[in-house]
Amino acid sequence: MAAFILRRFASMVVVLFFVVTITFFLVRLAPGGPFSRERKIPAAIEKQLLARYKLDGTLWQQYSGYLGDLLHGDLRLSTKFRDRSVNELIAQSLPVSVQIGLAAFLLATAGGVWLGSLAAVRHRTWTDTSAMLGALLAISVPTFVTGPLLVLLFALSLGWLPVGGWTSWKSLVLPAVTLAGPYVAYIARLMRSSMLEVLGQDFVRTARAKGLGDSVVLYKHALKVAILPVVSFLGPLAANLLTGSIVVEAIFNIPGAGGFFVNSIINRDVFLLSGIVIVDCALLVFLNLLVDIAYTVLDRRIKLYE
Amino acid sequence: MSDALPPPPGAWRRLLKNRVACASMLLLAGIALLAIFGPAVFSTDPHALSKDQFQEPSGAHFFGTDINGRDVFARVIEGARISLLVGLSGALVSFFVGTSYGMISGYAGGSADALMMRFVEILYAIPRLIIIILVIFIFDPKLKALLADVRGGELVGYSKIIIIIFSLGLIEWLTMARIVRGQVLALKSQQFVLAARSLGQSHFKIIVRHLLPNLVGIVVVYLTLTIPAVILDESFLSFLGLGVQAPQASWGSLLADGALAINPIRSYWWLLVFPAVAMSLTLLAMNFLGDALRDALDPRGRR
Repeated sequence: MAAFILRRFASMVVVLFFVVTITFFLVRLAPGGPFSRERKIPAAIEKQLLARYKLDGTLWQQYSGYLGDLLHGDLRLSTKFRDRSVNELIAQSLPVSVQIGLAAFLLATAGGVWLGSLAAVRHRTWTDTSAMLGALLAISVPTFVTGPLLVLLFALSLGWLPVGGWTSWKSLVLPAVTLAGPYVAYIARLMRSSMLEVLGQDFVRTARAKGLGDSVVLYKHALKVAILPVVSFLGPLAANLLTGSIVVEAIFNIPGAGGFFVNSIINRDVFLLSGIVIVDCALLVFLNLLVDIAYTVLDRRIKLYE
Repeated sequence: MSDALPPPPGAWRRLLKNRVACASMLLLAGIALLAIFGPAVFSTDPHALSKDQFQEPSGAHFFGTDINGRDVFARVIEGARISLLVGLSGALVSFFVGTSYGMISGYAGGSADALMMRFVEILYAIPRLIIIILVIFIFDPKLKALLADVRGGELVGYSKIIIIIFSLGLIEWLTMARIVRGQVLALKSQQFVLAARSLGQSHFKIIVRHLLPNLVGIVVVYLTLTIPAVILDESFLSFLGLGVQAPQASWGSLLADGALAINPIRSYWWLLVFPAVAMSLTLLAMNFLGDALRDALDPRGRR
């Protein structure tokens, strides 16, 4: 197990190195620098600006310099929000996105597993049909339609929850539900088909034949195996939630990392942009490591660490 | 794994027996017809501005008008053209990449296969929409500059659509590659491949002549499921203001405008409802059809 984790950790470092390299060159390839305005700034000032933001020198020098700074945990300065470091901006905005993402993650996993198992157990009843119809509907409607509709209902008509912004725990509810919606549906579909397959297998029949109760068979025997496809989806789920939160933050006007990301593109804020991409990827790659470990622990039949 | 067999006989018949699938196909055909011939039949210019702002739906404007007095019905049809174009071509790009990648990986096997699949896993873990946004941001100006010299620059307006199609296609192929690889892995150990091999056929010929025809069913299913995924991705880009260029409209950009028109003071509901219904119905029908196709092609798994 230790060897497996170590190997995965090594590949994680390799992946991150590629992400950093690709991001750096992609961003620097983009036309228009952070200081190119319609009015030309004097050459001397531009030179000073470039030096201050470490944008001078050859591309190779810049790249190696950036790598060096990253290794020291320095994401450099934002060119738009003058005199604020990218570290500072991310430290301030990312926790907001992570809270929404985490809430949606838990909601999607728990809700999806529950709904999918329910549909499988009540196979070919109206519960099953309506759950799967609802799931397909939730997948087919984009979050920026469901979001405003939820606001209309729960914030404007009923007044239970705030319209948007980031003030109390109540601000978390609607964004998390909106973000989780399509993934509850996706996981429910995954879970249902996996559960149906498992319920038809011999070990379930044996468990039933031993006289075990329905809930014991379901939760103790079947769920353990049926949940595996869902576990392997958790990594991609995290990636999707992260990008999905960009949209949800825009809908609910939440000061998270997503807004900074979109703005950094518009403002050509090179280091803020690369910083967010790199930190996001690091987070995800780490999460994937956790998912891989969880998978090996859950499924003893797979020996990933041979 | 013995489930990699050619589509069972009667798949088409089973599909036609599925009422939901038939309804979906009819609906999709209707939407496609409307998208293709709609502009010629109704001949309302989706970009024509007028003084009639925010008119409710009426006989003159079936779906009402928007903030610039443009006819929403004409705009929904234009949106259908662009969204369907992006969805279809994006899915086609992903089909080419995913199928070739999956076939090569599965056919090669061994450490090449392991490496290629590890690469797919890594791509799964990367926030893909973020990469797409990055790619659009970087290559759109370049392609614009390139297109400005071709045919007097009349293609410049399409540069973003082209970039979106390719970047979405190049990012949505992962699932396809995985599934094709699994099928090829199962297929290649079967007798007819061995027979072809011992007759001295080249690897390329085996892949194209013997493996590809056996993959048609599963590939069609995932193609049907990739189209709605691409349409949905495009709508997110449009919502963030990074999609098709105004005044062109896709369902995503119409929905983004519509979502902004919902507020407590006055809600211009028709700006949200009609594009939302058009897009959701299309995606729903495609997803239904994909599911039904999968069931029809895999009678063993029929439930």
